[in-house]
Amino acid sequence: MLELWNQVPPVLQTVVYILVIIVPLLVGMAMLTYFERKVMASMQLRQGPALVGPFGLLQPFADGIKLLGKETVIPAGANRVVFVAAPMLTFFLALVAWAVIPFGEGMVLADINVGILYLFAISSLGVYGIIMAGWASNSKYAFLGGLRSAAQMVSYEVSIGLVIITVLLCVGSLNLSDVVEAQRTVWFCIPLFPMFIVFFISALAETNRAPFDLPEGESELVGGYNVEYSSMTFALFFLGEYINMILMSGMTTVLFLGGWLPPVDVAPLNWIPGPIWFVLKIIFCLFVFVWVRATLPRYRYDQLMRLGWKVFLPFSLIWVVLTAGVLVAFDWLPK
Amino acid sequence: MALTAIAFYAFAAILLASAVMVISAKNPVHSVLFLILAFFNAAGLFVLIGAEFVAMILVIVYVGAVAVLFLFVVMMLDINFQELRHGFLQYLPIGGIVGLVLAVELVLLVGVRFSAPGAASQGVTPTPEAVTNTEALGRIMYTDYVYAFQASGLILLVAMIGAIVLTLRHRTGVRRQSISQQLDRKRGDVLAVRKVPSRGGV
Repeated sequence: MLELWNQVPPVLQTVVYILVIIVPLLVGMAMLTYFERKVMASMQLRQGPALVGPFGLLQPFADGIKLLGKETVIPAGANRVVFVAAPMLTFFLALVAWAVIPFGEGMVLADINVGILYLFAISSLGVYGIIMAGWASNSKYAFLGGLRSAAQMVSYEVSIGLVIITVLLCVGSLNLSDVVEAQRTVWFCIPLFPMFIVFFISALAETNRAPFDLPEGESELVGGYNVEYSSMTFALFFLGEYINMILMSGMTTVLFLGGWLPPVDVAPLNWIPGPIWFVLKIIFCLFVFVWVRATLPRYRYDQLMRLGWKVFLPFSLIWVVLTAGVLVAFDWLPK
Repeated sequence: MALTAIAFYAFAAILLASAVMVISAKNPVHSVLFLILAFFNAAGLFVLIGAEFVAMILVIVYVGAVAVLFLFVVMMLDINFQELRHGFLQYLPIGGIVGLVLAVELVLLVGVRFSAPGAASQGVTPTPEAVTNTEALGRIMYTDYVYAFQASGLILLVAMIGAIVLTLRHRTGVRRQSISQQLDRKRGDVLAVRKVPSRGGV
């Protein structure tokens, strides 16, 4: 079987690997919408989707087929090319980041040296899909949503960058597999606990999730940057947004929760293969995402900016200096 | 190798085409979007010559932050851009001269490789042996030239403070929220529980 696989040309092998990543990802995204609705329903003493399929499991697929059947409406005043390109860009960027995520030991599509910078670069591009959609729709609500979102994402990227620097100081490499390997003794969420919290909150803001979902605040902006979108164009935004959530959970897992490593390296736990640990940790992060959404009210816009610039930025900057100082003082620097 | 050559020509062609579109597009927002495409392809070229750290920094800094601000400003502007084009012919000679000087300099730079073959080995190589280029860059900036690097950082800091000072204005008559003051409030400061007698009022 393995010999047969080795005879397949490398380009075709890569295509197969890509499909092996993307297909479960898309199914996982569909199940995430179901998971979110079910978890929020339980938190609010409701049933949630329960009618389509057993326990309502087929609900996300029914929703997807319904969206496909709708008509794509392009507003008369819209800038057609940019209007259509924006959702494609969002979806494309959400998928392309997965190339460097290590699912297990050696299980990564592109094991590049600057993996973490690549992730950071791709996630900083996500703002373009939104700002392009807001502008091209030629609608006030969409434009306001786009501007809010752009400002928000740029602000929180700064603190995410500083958190990443702190982690890198402890690892001594920009390669994501090395980041995970460095956590064999202890996961970074324990020594760097405050940064873990800062990173998670910034991830909420970066993915425009509650309590930072101002860009689509339906109470004042109707629906934010995607008001004018319908059918498949809307579906692509929706897909991109949820895949970004999974991606941010994956980043949290790799940076702070030890990636594919089991919590402690003892017998019954290290029998479970690495990718399963990885997925379990991602599901845990996603649960927290949903939990936060069901619990907290939405932030006011100026408070959101204050939190990003006046609280997180100085705090994470101080932690970078502190971590570097401790590492140098005790001679703990890697290598 | 053939794949690398194809990638190089694709990146280079798209880079040049989008650079032309930046200055010829009618809509300024399209210009900025083409500029972003140009940055992106330049990053691709950097990856091809093995300078992946520079490529990623280019995307993070220019595409992720600077171009977003460009886009922000251009979208908010309300200017008749047809009117701005009137001076096009007037500025053409100056622009042409600047372009010509740059082109001559580029040709000279490439020409050096042929006239003095030894010069190329003296130059900075994108991938030094045995270290990743992130490490090589870090060594140059933080070990070999740390004072120059810190000085340039200070200059940037001063420039930033200057920009803030120029735009800062204290407005009077604005009610600001003081979060610490709000959180400091005790129940006794703001709330009084009274027994209200029936038909008596407070």
